[in-house]
This record gives sequence, structure tokens and C-alpha cells, in this order.
Amino acid sequence: MTMTEDVVATPFIGSRRLRREDPALLTGEAKYTDDIPAVGALHLAVLRSPHAHARIVSIDVSGALAIPGVVAAYTGEDLASQWAAPMPCAWPVTAEMKNPAHYPIAMGKVAYVGDGVVAIVATNHTASRDALDAIVVEYDVLPAVIDLEDALSDRVVIHESAGTNRSYIWELHPQGKETVDAIFASAAHTVSERYIQQRLIPAAMEPRAVLAMPQPFGGDFTLYTSTQVPHILKIMAAITVGIPEHLLRVVAPSVGGGFGSKLNVYAEELLCLVLARKHRCAVRWVEERTEAATSTIQGRGQIQNIELAADANGKVQAVRVHILGDMGAYLQLVTPGVPLLGAFLYAGVYDVPNMSFVCESVFTTMTPTDAYRGAGRPEATYAIERAMDSLAAKLGEDPAEFRKKNMIQKDQFPYTAMTGLQYDSGDHVGVLEKAQELVDYTGLRAEQAARRASGSKKHLGIGVSSYFEMCGLAPSRVLASLNYSAGGWEAATVRVLPTNKIQVVTGATPHGQGHETSWSMIVADKLGVSPDDIDVLHSDTALSPLGLDTYGSRSLAVGGIAIVMACDKVIDKARKIAAHQLECSEDDLEFVNGTFSVRGSSDKSMPLAGIAFEAFTAHNLPDGMEPNLEAHTTYDPPNFSWPFGTHICVVEIDEETGFTEVIKYVAIDDCGNQINPLIVEGQIHGGIVQGLAQALFEEATYDAEGNLKSGSFADYLVPSAADVPSLTLGHSVTPSPTNPLGVKGVGEAGTIGAAPAVINAIVDALSPFGITDITMPATPNRVWSAIQNAHS
Amino acid sequence: MIPAPFDYQRAGSAEEAVSLIAQAGDEAKFLAGGHSLLPLMKLRLAQPTMLIDIGRIADLSYIRDAGDHIAIGALTRHRDVETSALLHEHVGLLAHAASFVGDPQVRHRGTIGGSIAHADPASDLPATVLALGGTLVVQGPNGQREIAATDFFKGFLESDLAADEMLTEIRIPKYTGAGWSFQKFNRRAQDWAIVGVAAIKHNGYVGVSLVNMDQVPLRASAVEAAVSGGASAADAAALAAEGASPSSDLNASVEYRQHLARVLVRRALTESGVA
Repeated sequence: MTMTEDVVATPFIGSRRLRREDPALLTGEAKYTDDIPAVGALHLAVLRSPHAHARIVSIDVSGALAIPGVVAAYTGEDLASQWAAPMPCAWPVTAEMKNPAHYPIAMGKVAYVGDGVVAIVATNHTASRDALDAIVVEYDVLPAVIDLEDALSDRVVIHESAGTNRSYIWELHPQGKETVDAIFASAAHTVSERYIQQRLIPAAMEPRAVLAMPQPFGGDFTLYTSTQVPHILKIMAAITVGIPEHLLRVVAPSVGGGFGSKLNVYAEELLCLVLARKHRCAVRWVEERTEAATSTIQGRGQIQNIELAADANGKVQAVRVHILGDMGAYLQLVTPGVPLLGAFLYAGVYDVPNMSFVCESVFTTMTPTDAYRGAGRPEATYAIERAMDSLAAKLGEDPAEFRKKNMIQKDQFPYTAMTGLQYDSGDHVGVLEKAQELVDYTGLRAEQAARRASGSKKHLGIGVSSYFEMCGLAPSRVLASLNYSAGGWEAATVRVLPTNKIQVVTGATPHGQGHETSWSMIVADKLGVSPDDIDVLHSDTALSPLGLDTYGSRSLAVGGIAIVMACDKVIDKARKIAAHQLECSEDDLEFVNGTFSVRGSSDKSMPLAGIAFEAFTAHNLPDGMEPNLEAHTTYDPPNFSWPFGTHICVVEIDEETGFTEVIKYVAIDDCGNQINPLIVEGQIHGGIVQGLAQALFEEATYDAEGNLKSGSFADYLVPSAADVPSLTLGHSVTPSPTNPLGVKGVGEAGTIGAAPAVINAIVDALSPFGITDITMPATPNRVWSAIQNAHS
Repeated sequence: MIPAPFDYQRAGSAEEAVSLIAQAGDEAKFLAGGHSLLPLMKLRLAQPTMLIDIGRIADLSYIRDAGDHIAIGALTRHRDVETSALLHEHVGLLAHAASFVGDPQVRHRGTIGGSIAHADPASDLPATVLALGGTLVVQGPNGQREIAATDFFKGFLESDLAADEMLTEIRIPKYTGAGWSFQKFNRRAQDWAIVGVAAIKHNGYVGVSLVNMDQVPLRASAVEAAVSGGASAADAAALAAEGASPSSDLNASVEYRQHLARVLVRRALTESGVA
């Protein structure tokens, strides 16, 4: 890791500028939703089902209502008339998809532990919490469904209205299913693997929090909430609650992390709105940490079957995939689409001409799943990268060399994949070789051989993972082809104030990414001003009415480009004003460091500051020109962005205890041009730790009755800094050819690359025992048991 | 995370604390550093109706040379145990074990007395005091009594303390120059041990105890007997899980815990030179 200091440099792009967001965040001065005062606000608390699957026989709230301060208690039926529509799912992946209606408080039946049963409002937080213990609910308990294959059997049907637990089946056979089957039938080599993507609990540092405030006149509402998606939420909440969209303002104050878990429309957001409307006063709610474990969405949850077919030379000819996706009890905002986001990446970075993909998704009696850092793409990358290792092992080839042979080569870009998607740029062999050099791959293999020869009980393992990430969501037309209900554009406004200070309005919604820093660096370079003279406005639908928010590594590659385009429009207008005032042709003007000068006559120039004031006074503008200097753009990207990289993980496994220590971790990530390498490294560090956490530590574990057994941080092991190795980062720069900054996304890259690198390293270390796979998380107990089983 | 309603009183001395708790009845609890009790209360797994705050009884925070033993006030913070020069000289095992408790924030708030009185078999210090053959001094309504550590731990989160008694002092014999080892196996740095081992040998005294291998912190008696009889570390360690009834949880099966106990006891015996 690198020590850094604030750097002021021109150009700002590319410099390690410290994040302007951090002083407030680090000193506790930042205002999160629960910090926002609201005099007289009522407090919401939600009684949650202790059963995974049950009919509600009766609810007695009289004890709760007797507690001083408790104002009201509402069952699902009590609130039924408040809803204009059920909870929204924005991604009906197929026309036949089953999406049983569900509401913020369950009606008649609960379908997971954590499902809302009663909403309490009280004058204070403590009374609202005490009230929960005083409610008596009688349940008729039904069998839980926690196993995906059991769910598919329809032994127990969770939603009677759907008639089946299967939500949808989605298939992608670009070359025809028969073609792929025929390739497998005659292939020289095949592997068939089954992997489990365990459920993960997102665990953002700030739990969710909501404050809904009715404004005193006019019938409008302001919803403060810890969300990644105020813009999307505004539309969905308006539809669900029946508040006209123009009367609803959504604000995301400082948000303490999301990782996809706050890319949603949650029951408590809608409840606070309807209860604020009903009680005509502010209503607030803050999630308890144990509540978050069951009532915020969970990530992953798939059984993956992947097969590879290779020719006699070990060149992979086809990949065939069958996914069983765990939707959980209901479909949340983009639940069904998550496996589809990975569908296109099951051939990873390899030049594979044929594929066949089927995803079946089922309801279970567990917390709904949805997007979690990478959303579909870490799962896909894990499957292909593990399967490539299996095939290499079967063929007796070194996994790095086997990868190189199969990779899309640099001179093949731009490359049309067998799915029809265009991969615009890449250098997979280059980054793999760079990673090998940085980690000393040859030396490590020699050490591994020496240790094995010596009979050492400390087993060295080296794991390679190369990834391609489809991010920068997304070209709207591609989203349309996947039945996603919104576009993928982003909006920006750049406004030069009379005193040459700049306001940048972005539709991106930062929740830890440092957009204020990065956007100000981009605009500073474009307009020749200091980043300190630039304010970045965001995360409030009143300030930035248009936007599609932050997820899917999209903010820079889409929102950042919108800002560049708005800057260009501002410069075009400023050029017209300068030409008018300097009495020259626009073509004679050059714009350097914030000043327009007439080429060849350096005494004739006009700074942007002067133009801004002229635009404001409007005393002397070209005929017909509107006053003021501002521009708005909406940018719809022509393609996804395609970051890529290779991670190499080195582990040492203690044969006696099964403990895995990551002793070295090298990552070469290529996200195109870097605006701020400090922020890029932060994203990669955090991403790698999240992937490593899936590989080694984290698992949402349910018992047969559907109870979450890992519902606290004592049992759900989020690693701390003490538990992860020092990370060695290198990088490579292959600028994106599709946008003027040459940038790609980087928010999810680390997570996508990390888990398969770690598991490949563990399996490599254990290969002398004949072990070919290990289930995530690779706990010491699991590793030890695998070794015991191999011995016996 | 709001606890159920409770009343609160602050005690100025051990005598006052004992008198207050006697008046408060069965549902009262002492509050020291709060690092075991408060999380349970926030989850409403514990719902005492009265907390007697003993955290400000200043004269119960000390580490003193008491001749043949070291006396440690029950309200001494883990951090002070961890860094005590006196303990490093005479009972290095205890100072070392204290450095494994939780994380730095926990060690600056949690107390040795609180940890021992809580009697969690998965905690580092109860088993360590057991291996060290410590003595626990207890204040009750009728004065003080002493309890040998070997008699103190009665069941899961249960000790020999009566409802109206308070732990005031921990006495550890001096083991100047002894060989010792503390082994803690866990998945994350700040967690409770999946299995832990404390071992010490000094002038014929052999103490080996196990963390998280039963409902109580456990002396590995079979190991101690084997070591005293001259067995090798490997042979003695093979007996590590004898008499233990470990539980199974998300981190470890029963078999894995038994195996870890054998591995960690062997490592402890070897590192300490006990066998």
C-alpha cells in the first residue's frame, strides 16, 4: 500500500488528489439520514416473522398499544388500502416470469424470517422497540424451503398464486442448443463442474435509515433515505404509494456504503411514506444490525453447473451453463436480472465460439436476494475461472499457460463475442504476464515443487484468475433487449456562476465512491479552473431531477462522460461569446487553461471568468443567445465498458489445522485511464477484500427451518484489516475507445477477480491430496475435512 | 439496538455494590466494562431489571505484588493486564493471553473480573486463570471468601458466585521464569477462540487448560497427568480431548474441535517446554 499526500497538479486527471469527502466522514461531521432532525417525528418499528413460512392466524396488538408513547399498530390488512401497487420489481426477465404480489407488511402469510408482520409507530424510538415485544401473533407454521433443488421440485409451493416455486427460466443459445450439444458429444476433452455461490449479507457500515417528511402545504413529501438510487426510488415510490411523482422529493444524505444492497425499493421506505401521509407528520426508521441481516437483501445464492468442451489442442470450443438461482421469498427491484448480468461472461476472457446458457430461478423461504457488488458477474467469473483450472489440471497444463492459449488475443480487439456483444478493447495475455512477473510466478512454482518434495506440512498454492467485466450499465437498447424497465443513460449539468465558480449537477449518487473529488478533477481540467472552485451537487431529486444513480460500475463511464459533454457545451457557448467580444472568428480561438486566445495574437484573449460575467449580465451577447453559461446533457453509452485484469493469490495451508493464510496477493487491473489513482486503488482494495471474504469468511447460513444462523457479526465473519494480506497492485492502461475520457468502471472489478483467485490457490495447494474443489467459504474446518476425506 | 427497560444504580465500593444487589433481587446484574453484558442486553437476550454499575470503583483496579502471588483487582482493564510489567515478570502467560481478548477497543473497556465472572468457556481469560491455578476473592453480604479457580466454573455462563456476591480480586501464584504457551485458533483476529490452550509448567506444577472445548473452561487433566508422568508432548497431546464435550457450531464440528485441541496442546507443550 502506498502512502499518499495531497497533490495539486495540472492536469488534475491522473493525480492522487485526496478525497474532499473524507474530512467530514472521518470526523463524524457528515450527516447521515438518522442525523437529520425532525421535530415531532414518529418512530417506525417493524415486528418481523420468526418463521420462514407460516400463515398468520391472529395478531393481538393490544399489549403494544398499552405502552406509553405507542401511537398505532398496523397489520398488513390495516394498510392494504394505502398501496397503489405492490412492491416493485423492475426487471421482468421473461413475459411468463412469476412475480407474486407482495407488500411492505405481509398479508395473511409470511415467507421468510424477517418478513414484516406489524408496523408500530410511536413517539419515541424506545417505545416503538418495546412495543414489538408486546405483540402476540399466532402462526400456523408451514414447511420451510431452503434448498434450491427442493424448491424446484415444488414439494412445498410457497406462493399459491404462482402455483410453482419456479419464477422463470431464461435461456441464451446464440449458436443453437443443438450445435453446442454436438460439440460436447464429440469433444476431445470436457469438464463438468458444480459450484455453490453461497448467500452473502452485504453489511454496509451504515445500516438502512429512512425519514419521510410531509411538507406543511401542497401535499408534497420529502423522503430522506440511505439509498444508492434516489432517482429510481422516486419513480417507484410514487407508483407504489400513489403520491404524484412531482410531489415527491427523494434525498440520499451521506450514505455509508451500499454494495448493491441500497439499490432497491424497500418496505420501510414505503411504510414511512404512507404513515407520514396517514399521520400527517414525519416518520422515521433506522435499521438494527440484526434486522439488517434478514431484512436487507442478500447477495449471490446460486448453484452453477458449468461444462467446458475443448479440442485435442486444449482450445475451448464451447461452454454450457445451467444456473439455479435463489430469488428468496419475493422479487425485489432487480432480483431476477442478477443472474442475467452474468450470463454474457461465462466464457470470461477466452476466445470461445459457442455457448449455451440456461438459468432457472426459484423462490425459497429466505430473505430476497438482489444485486451485490458485481451482481452476476462475480458468479460467472468464478465459474469459468474455476472450470478453466479444472480443465488445465485434467490436461496436465500449467493454469497460466492454459489461460494464455485460450485468451482473446490483443490483436483480436475489437472482438465480437459469440453472444453478439462487442468487446471494445483488452490485453488479457499482457495483464496475466504482468501479474506473473509481479508475483514471481516461476519462483513460486519452484518453491512449491521444493516444498512438496520435502514433505512439508505447509502447502503452498498459487491461484490465477483473469476476468473481463461488463459494466458501465448500460446502453439503453441493450437493457431493452433484456426486458429491463429503465434506460442506462446519465444526466449532467455544468453551470458557470457569475464569479467563475462552477456547479456540477450529476445524476450519479455517490455513497463512498468519491464522485465529488473525481468530478471536480474532470471539470477542472476541462474548464481550466481549480477543483476547489467546483461544487458537485447530487443525490437530491430537487437538485438533480434527472439521473439513474450509482450501481454497476457506471458512474464514471456514463455519468462522468455526461459531465465531459456538458463541459464541451459550456465551452462551445463561451467560445461564441469570446468571439463576439473579441471580434474574431470562433475558429481563430483556442481554449487553454481557462482562457480563450486568438491564435497568433496573444494580446487578444478573454478568460472564462470574464465570459461568465458577460453571460450573466447579458449586456453584450451575440444576437439571439440566451443569457447565462450553463449546459445540460444526457449521455447514453454506445457500449458497456470492459475493464479486465488478472489477480494471482498465493496461499499457505497448514495441513494440521486446515488454516489458509493468504501470503501474497497481486492484482493487475485495467480500467482504462484513471482519473484519480488513489480512488482507483481504494476501490480495488475494498473489492478484493469483499471477494476474499466470500472465498474465506462469509456465508449466510440457514438451518432446515429457515432460521438464519449467522445473524450477528460474531457468526457472520466480515474480515477486518487484521485478517487480510497486504495487497500488491500493479496496473495496465488500455483506454476505452468508446468514450472521450478513455475510462472504464472499477467499482466491482476487485470483487470479481478475487474469489476465484483465492479458491484456485487453495485447490492448487491441496492438489497433491487429489482434492479438486472446495466449497466457499473455504473455512479451516472444510479444508481440514477435505484433507481427512482424501486420506481415507 | 435498544435494551429492555432497566433501572440503574452506581456503587462506590464493593460493600455498597453487594448491598445494592441484595436489595435489588434476582433480576439485577453488575455492570463492569459492559463488553459481555451490554451486547446481550441490546439483543434483549439478557433483560436485567436493575444494573449495579461497579465500573467506577477505583480501588478495584490494580495489579500488586502480594509476596507469593500477584493480586489483580477485578476491575482492571484487559489492556492494563496485557501491559503490566509485574505480570510480564511473574505471570507472563496471563499478560500474553490478555493481548488476545477481542480487539483494542474491547481491551480498553473490558475487565478481567467481568470476563471471569461471565464464565464464558470461549473466553481467553477464564481458561488461563484455571491453568494458572488462580484464586478468586469474592465479596458477599457476610464478608469475603476465596474460591479456587478449579471450583469456580460450574456450567455454561455459570459460576460459583451467588446472586449477591461480587468478584473483587484475582490472585495468581508467581511463576517467575516458568515456561508457558497460549495458543488461540480462530478465523478472524478479534474473534473468540474456536479452540484455545493455556499451558504452564513451573517447579513441578503443570497446568494445561482448554478454551471452548466444553460448557466450562476445562483443565486438560489427562494431559497434565501424562506430562507429570514424563510423557512426550506428542503422547500427552493425544489425550487433549479426553473428558471434553465440545459443541458443534458454524466454525467447527465436534471432531474438528477435538482434533484442534490435540494439535494446539502439542504446540503449546512444545513451545512452552512443558513436555
